[in-house]
Amino acid sequence: MMDIDAANQAAVERMISARPMLSGISTARDAIPGMQEKMLLHAGPPIEWSRMSGPLRGAVIGALIFEGLAENESQARELASGGEINFEPCHHHRAVGPMAGVISPSMAVYVIDNVEGDNRAYSNLNEGYGKVLRYGAFSDEVIKKLKWMNDTMAPVMAEAIAAGEGIDLRALLAEALHMGDEGHNRNKAGSLLFLKQLAPAIARTKVSDEIKEEVLSFLGDNALSVLNPVMAACKAMADAAHGVEGSTLVTAMARNGTDFGIRVSGLGDRWFTAPAQIPDGLYFPGYSSEDANADIGDSTITETAGIGGFAMASAPAIVTFISGTPQDALNATLEMYEITVAEHSHFSIPQLDFRGTPTGIDVRKVVELGITPRVNTGIAHKEAGVGQVGAGLVRPPMEIFEQALMAYADDHGL
Amino acid sequence: MTSIQHEIRRGAYYDSVVLMQLQRALLELQGVEDAGVVMATAANMELLEDSGLLVSGLEPRPEDLLIVVKATSELMANEALAQVDAILKHRRSSATDAYRPRSLESAIKALPEAAWVLISIPGRYAAAVARQALDHGKHVFLYSDNVTLEDEVELKTTARERGLLLMGPDCGTAIIDGVGFGFANHVRRGAIGLVGASGTGLQAISSTIHQLGQGISHALGTGGRDLKGEVGAITAHQGLDLLAQDADTQVIVIVSKPPDAEVAASLLAAARGTGKPTVIDFIGYAPPVGRFDNLIFTTSLHETARAAVERVAAGLDERARRRHGGQRRPGYLRGLFAGGTLAMEAVRGLQAFVGPIHTNLTVPGAIRLDDPLVSTGHTVLDLGEDVFTVGRLHPMIDNDLRIRRMRQEANDEHVSLLLLDVVLGEGAHPDPASELGPAIEDVRQHSGVEVGVLLVGTEEDPQDIDHQREILEAAGAHVTGDTISLVAFAAETLEPGGETQWPTVSSTALSAPVAGINVGLETFYDSLISQGAAAVHVDWRPPAGGDDRLMDILSKMKTSRPDTE
Repeated sequence: MMDIDAANQAAVERMISARPMLSGISTARDAIPGMQEKMLLHAGPPIEWSRMSGPLRGAVIGALIFEGLAENESQARELASGGEINFEPCHHHRAVGPMAGVISPSMAVYVIDNVEGDNRAYSNLNEGYGKVLRYGAFSDEVIKKLKWMNDTMAPVMAEAIAAGEGIDLRALLAEALHMGDEGHNRNKAGSLLFLKQLAPAIARTKVSDEIKEEVLSFLGDNALSVLNPVMAACKAMADAAHGVEGSTLVTAMARNGTDFGIRVSGLGDRWFTAPAQIPDGLYFPGYSSEDANADIGDSTITETAGIGGFAMASAPAIVTFISGTPQDALNATLEMYEITVAEHSHFSIPQLDFRGTPTGIDVRKVVELGITPRVNTGIAHKEAGVGQVGAGLVRPPMEIFEQALMAYADDHGL
Repeated sequence: MTSIQHEIRRGAYYDSVVLMQLQRALLELQGVEDAGVVMATAANMELLEDSGLLVSGLEPRPEDLLIVVKATSELMANEALAQVDAILKHRRSSATDAYRPRSLESAIKALPEAAWVLISIPGRYAAAVARQALDHGKHVFLYSDNVTLEDEVELKTTARERGLLLMGPDCGTAIIDGVGFGFANHVRRGAIGLVGASGTGLQAISSTIHQLGQGISHALGTGGRDLKGEVGAITAHQGLDLLAQDADTQVIVIVSKPPDAEVAASLLAAARGTGKPTVIDFIGYAPPVGRFDNLIFTTSLHETARAAVERVAAGLDERARRRHGGQRRPGYLRGLFAGGTLAMEAVRGLQAFVGPIHTNLTVPGAIRLDDPLVSTGHTVLDLGEDVFTVGRLHPMIDNDLRIRRMRQEANDEHVSLLLLDVVLGEGAHPDPASELGPAIEDVRQHSGVEVGVLLVGTEEDPQDIDHQREILEAAGAHVTGDTISLVAFAAETLEPGGETQWPTVSSTALSAPVAGINVGLETFYDSLISQGAAAVHVDWRPPAGGDDRLMDILSKMKTSRPDTE
């Protein structure tokens, strides 16, 4: 018999002590448990084609073309709406993907091992900026880039990773947080650290110098290179905390562009969902909140694991996303201590006298204090294929935490 | 005529979000239709092109800052570009935006040295926060009203068990180590310590003391219901103990509405136990006597302040005196009086200094005895009442009834003290001591009770008061000449009932530099800060947005354990 506080402590200790290592690159088909042909994984809680938002549909279309299951948009739409394609959340397969988060069987994926536990997590490769699948773009250049990543870059990276003993993503994140990253919207430092770790091994691969240069430039130019392995690392940490009897700790937060959903450690595999909201943020030239899609992506796994918006204090450079000041960045993190049960023992914040990041969201505290988690996020255009239009801040709807609390009360006869 | 103007700043790096902010600011300027502020990377140039903001012929390098403004006229566009530096320099002041914790828990982390939590939120939520404060080992100043009596009793019982002070609920005023909580006047520090169930009473008395040239060591509020029987003056007792220990406090003042009888007795006993001159103003209460040992009774706030100041001036030579060396004992007293007025005066004194009195007399605050033939608890009987005198002589003449009743009472194992009056003079029994003396000796020896006698008369009376006193004293009685002295003897003989040893409130509650966490009225926080105390204000909101169902679940989740099914 365990009380709720003790259950939450047990869960958060597993989350904090998890040590995710990037151990290799494989394909979804070969690596991800339960992956099937004609199955597409997507971000967020479960959703059928008819309710999918523009960017998620766009990514689905692009993935079907990428897989060769459709030749063009109209074929892809027909296929997707025909019921033949099996749509499942990445989260149901120990995977996570940013924005639309679409992973198809042939896609290269990072394999992350929690070496302090027995769980693995997976994520796709980051495409960089501009017209990209994760924002729902599916033009020829998008597919071409995906193919280059899959066929050219992934094997080089796989060889480079295999040559070493894996990349300790927890250590990388800890260092990046001291270099101005928060691990979600700002991964500049982390991506350079990632490049630094891979570069010597990439240099030793057998491919041509031209390819080496392309790969190194691609990784170096993309300040989000490390976002996907970081997300998978956070997934490995969060999964380690899932399934603790009696715990009210949040172990997944994810959005599919239509709904925002959470899962809770002690409440099994149920999702608690409500309509996702439009982020508040800054927009690229020519765009405004009228162009924005509702919140989308699995990247909220970073906040779930105690970084991202929760570590805002370590990334004052990006507070201007919400017209903020460095003090606002501190306040953002201080506010998240209110709804979490622990301070991370590996991730610390110099600006707060090296206090650990607020880690482990307690559903009870969220509901009691009326404070929802802060999420830093990119903003997708609501139409398929346009791409990113801004970045900012969003919070999950309060009602999903209330639903979880009620479900807990029902389960335990309270 | 729409115009697009641009500016290239070579090698000027800005974080993209600063640039987006700049862009937003430019869009707000008069005449500006669209604006683009980007580092001139290929991807960004493409964005500008898509937005129709690209000027042909530009060849910036990726590390250059490109600013493009589209406005209703060339003049407007150029004026907007001229604003860029001013906008970039603009920095909001951040000093005023310090984080305000939303929960008591995080406030405590922010100010761990805070010994006090000030609570002034709506009463329906206040008890839960007070309980949380006690759980964290904090003293509580509970300004909120509409806290239930059950909650008050529970909170104060918890506080007492943990050696913590809970002032309130509905406590308006306190001054701790010179720092006012809630509503408090600026009064100088001094030698007078206050305990009050009345906020404005404390304010009036402390202000008058200041005007009279003295000052306040500490002023402790108790809340208006503390001196009710259900609460038992838990906070007032703790406050008295603190002021008794406090070296700065030379004189104590207690101000309250009239307390319930048993509460008055225990509180006055505690006040006597402080050994410090204590001025008592139970507003509207008729004190049985003006002075009693170290206690001084007053009837107005002004008189109270004045009496306290005078006691400080008089110095510390008025310690409580022990009148006899007899051992204190548990048990009840039984007063068997021949004189109705003497009995009545005794009841009034005894209920103030000993405890609730059962009696066949009608006295405000006393408990009417159902059957005068059967005593219970502390009982005082007027044996001159008709029920006793029907068919026999008055007890001033005939001692027989009284002696039989003495034996009856002494045989009650719960009785440890008998009180009698002996009234001499013409018409009375010619030698009462000759009959009462042996009876006194007998009950003292066989039942172990103490006996106090109020002896009224003169040496010129036929019975000779000196002779009577000699006999009674020889029998072992403690003989006094006035009712209040008899009451004092009773109070000294009987052990105060119902007292249990609780952990004392640490004197650091009063002596440590005041640091407090404020939950509720922001003015209370501002006032702590302006008085130089360390303080944190909690940005409190009703839990779960005030939703009853969710609050109920949350409170169950705090106390219960989940099933392991």
